[in-house]
Amino acid sequence: MPEELNDKPADKSLKGKALEAYNWVEQRVQLQAPFEEAMLHPVPKSTASWWYVFGSAAATLLMLQIVTGILLALVYVPSGAEAWKSLQILNHDLPLGWFLRAMHGWGSNFMVAVVLIHMAQVFMFGAYKFPRELTWVVGVIMLLMTLGMAFTGQVLRFDQDSYWGLGIGASITSRIPIIGAPAVQLMLGGPIIAGATLTRFFALHVFVIPGLLLALTGLHIWMVVKLGINEWPMPGRRVNKKTYIREYHELTHKDGLPFMPGALWKDAVFSAAILLAVAVCAAIFGPYGPTGQPDPTIIQTVPKPDFFFLWLYAVLSYLPPALETPFLLTVPAVGIAILLALPFWAGEGEKSWHRRPVAVMVLALVAVSWGTFTHLATFTPWSPVMNAWSGANVPEKMTHNLSPVERQGAVILQSKQCRNCHALGGEGGQRGPALDDVATRLTEDQLIRQVVQGGGNMPAYGKSLTPSEVTALVKFLDTMHPANQPAATDASRAAVAANTPAAVPAPAAQAEPAPAKAQ
Amino acid sequence: MTENNHTPDLVEAEHHTVQDDPKVVTRRWILMGIGALLNGVVGIAVAVPVVRYILGPIRKKGAYNSWISLGSATQFPAGETRLATYENPFNRPWDGETAKVACWVRNIDGQKFQVFAVNCAHLGCPVRWFPQSSLFMCPCHGGAYYQDGSRASGPPERGLFEYDYKLVRGELHIDAGQMPTLANPASPNSPGEQSANGGLTVITNAPGGCGSCQKS
Ligand code: FES
Repeated sequence: MPEELNDKPADKSLKGKALEAYNWVEQRVQLQAPFEEAMLHPVPKSTASWWYVFGSAAATLLMLQIVTGILLALVYVPSGAEAWKSLQILNHDLPLGWFLRAMHGWGSNFMVAVVLIHMAQVFMFGAYKFPRELTWVVGVIMLLMTLGMAFTGQVLRFDQDSYWGLGIGASITSRIPIIGAPAVQLMLGGPIIAGATLTRFFALHVFVIPGLLLALTGLHIWMVVKLGINEWPMPGRRVNKKTYIREYHELTHKDGLPFMPGALWKDAVFSAAILLAVAVCAAIFGPYGPTGQPDPTIIQTVPKPDFFFLWLYAVLSYLPPALETPFLLTVPAVGIAILLALPFWAGEGEKSWHRRPVAVMVLALVAVSWGTFTHLATFTPWSPVMNAWSGANVPEKMTHNLSPVERQGAVILQSKQCRNCHALGGEGGQRGPALDDVATRLTEDQLIRQVVQGGGNMPAYGKSLTPSEVTALVKFLDTMHPANQPAATDASRAAVAANTPAAVPAPAAQAEPAPAKAQ
Repeated sequence: MTENNHTPDLVEAEHHTVQDDPKVVTRRWILMGIGALLNGVVGIAVAVPVVRYILGPIRKKGAYNSWISLGSATQFPAGETRLATYENPFNRPWDGETAKVACWVRNIDGQKFQVFAVNCAHLGCPVRWFPQSSLFMCPCHGGAYYQDGSRASGPPERGLFEYDYKLVRGELHIDAGQMPTLANPASPNSPGEQSANGGLTVITNAPGGCGSCQKS
């Protein structure tokens, strides 16, 4: 610690000079005292735990994002025409440009993850209770900003995914009642997704949100220092607004230790480990995209959101149409309102998870649903596989011993894009059921009706198939049953067949002439 | 944490203020209030243009729309559906390829057309046309539409967005200009009034609509 050195004879050694310089600055900025107060303040011994390292790691990642972001901004051009090209140059032409992009991209993923883990930990430990309600509220806003950074960052990549991702954003915005239309124009900066859209997301991603996020981070940490780190929750030690401050004070003085180095060394080690993990991921997996260029006339694309929005992508696929707008408009608002209200509603009482079964279950439910939806979104069973009809053949063994009509049906099944939604032999889309044993589930009549009229998720093919095509297709589908399990039949049909000596030709097929087809 | 452990303050002296006459103090507070008020007034005066600047992109319904030529109608053979592209009339020099827009043109019978936005009516992904099965399919959440743009299945609540069109000296013109979404229809300029457009059926989105009727 520097003592009062001013009056002592000048020390000519290097160390002496350095101290002198330090003192000269400190006399003017006077930051040492508040810094020491913050660093050396006593914290409960129990908080020097590996469970308490996520907040500081999130702050470290924020710094990483700022540094790498500034470095990328040296090259990146926020112009509709040039952004994608400037990323290509970063990836391929500038030494280690790819690595910086990768660090920024992976840093973003890690930051969202660490922030969420930090929040889950704070929730589990009851740290949002009195007197740290505002710390939690500010933290919730910071989480939203972190997600906002992730979304706006994905836009700046300005590739196909980003372009159509903006389209999805605009479509969701347009569902807001009354102000939907102007809100979309405001979001896009004009009538369509174009250069003006990119520049406003650039301004958000580079100036507005990071500025606010930094300010709130300062406030958040300030409150952590001022209010003290939440003690390890003990079952039965209830928070009471009247006694808590005194109890906490006693705890820190009887069973406490200075924050630095007692607890800080673990933060430091974990932050370093996280930074290393980001660098390793960046080096191994490389940067994110950019995928194809943002040319709206290239429609052969399957846009997908970045990792942390995949769950939403899945939810939007499963919601029934009528529920979708209400869901999109109310669930996020209600969710955020619940998070913000939590510390005011449950500001006292037990902190320990041993005594908060509902909290544990809620967290588990959220985590499991999030994981399930994210997992589903990685293989999108609801999306047609757009090239299955031309890429995935009908398995050969399914065409053995077929009559000509049935083979014709197999060709129709292939050429009419049925495979985009229906799998055979494990290949093809999963939007509709696999057809490997469809004959055991549906009778011939039911097959005809399903093909012609559609139903459920299936479009009606009545207009795009001639009756003879329907017959051939259904004849083929009727062969789709295991050898040891007969096809489903209609009992009344069987009765009719038993009473009719000669087989009757299939009813619908030859009944009417094929209508002139539009195509 | 101990006091003597810090570098000495340059400004050691205690801060004392002169005890003023309470009247003077009151006056100072009033002047302070005036200062704050002035800033408030100037702030609002400055904020109004700023807000107008920010809200600049918001235009009245149809203000972005205009008639855009897709070129000669002969490019679109009767009975087929083809992808057409055009440059959006409202663009900026730095838009690059994003100024371009694609749409699906269906020539129903050589006389009548239908022009659909590529954007799925669900959440805007680009739908693809499959002539073999006469369906538009969406790659995102599995929406499907019939050849006339009506909803066939999946999450979309309605059929494809459709542009008004007219034929001008053999050229196909469409009323377009903004990304169609549920709140911004493709062509908001009252259809039906263009004579060339008269006979065109507007997509009805009745869920029970007859998807399976055979065309006569
Ligand atoms: S965007 Fe087409 S189905 Fe969702």
